[in-house]
Amino acid sequence: MKVVLRNPRREVELRGNRRVKEILRELDVIPETVLVISGDTLVTIDHVVKDDETIELRPVMSGGVAA
Amino acid sequence: MKCKKCGAGAVIELRRHNTAFCTPDFLEFFRNQVREAIRRHRMFSRDERVLVAVSGGKDSLALWDVLIEDGYETSGLYLDLGIFEYSEESKAKCRAFAEARGVPLLVATVAEEIGAPVPVIQQVTRRPPCSGCGLSKRYLMNRQALEHAFPVVATGHNLDDEAATLFGSVMHWQMDALPRQSPALPSSHPKLVRRVKPLYRLSEQETAAYAFLRKIDYIVEECPFAKGATSIAHKELLNRMEASSPGAKHNFLFGFLDKARVAFERTEGVVLNECVRCGQVTTGTLCAFCKLADQVKRAVVR
Repeated sequence: MKVVLRNPRREVELRGNRRVKEILRELDVIPETVLVISGDTLVTIDHVVKDDETIELRPVMSGGVAA
Repeated sequence: MKCKKCGAGAVIELRRHNTAFCTPDFLEFFRNQVREAIRRHRMFSRDERVLVAVSGGKDSLALWDVLIEDGYETSGLYLDLGIFEYSEESKAKCRAFAEARGVPLLVATVAEEIGAPVPVIQQVTRRPPCSGCGLSKRYLMNRQALEHAFPVVATGHNLDDEAATLFGSVMHWQMDALPRQSPALPSSHPKLVRRVKPLYRLSEQETAAYAFLRKIDYIVEECPFAKGATSIAHKELLNRMEASSPGAKHNFLFGFLDKARVAFERTEGVVLNECVRCGQVTTGTLCAFCKLADQVKRAVVR
């Protein structure tokens, strides 16, 4: 499975057929700090990511001074 | 995971509310939170025009989208900070958003107003870039609202922004900042418009999810100057707490607003004057924006 990360944009290849929760733990990402995107929708942490699937972990944090 | 409301497949889990929602129910939850914020703090009424400060990011565009969908008369205000391609891209996102919905967008340029863009202001002042940027935003939002006869400016500050600001103020016991931290700041002078934050009940993840699910094209990349910002460090710290104790950020902010804020309110009022140069409100004789413009002018001429 492929994981797309942002800021800067990059891709990592990980073992699939696992829950999003385990993937986030492996990458040391707190679930509330990202959107987990699969195709054109969002998935929750119990979603099992298949071996041929691509997910994007899009950070939700914006900083400095908000408009 | 199933939607707690209808049993369909969930797209988002909200651990602090011990719930999960499908797309339609999440969008309704989100809109209801905004409606509750507006109602509870009497932010604005149906017959008032609202100026929405937009940056091209998820929060401000999500807010603008909700207000348009709910039938409010709004205009966007984009402040061009002159931060290289980041500003160009974010301005294009705001323009595209406004055009697609047929709503007006005002654009003000910091470089024209103060004599230099934010990157130059940072070099001149040798202060963190967010400092000059924040000052310019607050000043220009108010002035643009006054010039275009808007009684209120709405900003996209979310729960995470507000909790991080509160954390920073408490860390340094900023006694003047604490009473000013509120989802709605009333007008305390004829030349100060109301400032409201209708997203303060919603987390950063929730605003990002709303923007994504509504297919809003927002700028995902961070401001290049945000890296290393204190507010980011505070957010990371609060996120660690939230991970082990869901609802920690909510309790911290709402506990302050409901129980503690009143204790920091001053009994004696602050004397407000009008700046001798620009006429905007200040506690001194020359406002901070005009002082900054002078500093920029001196440095650029040199």
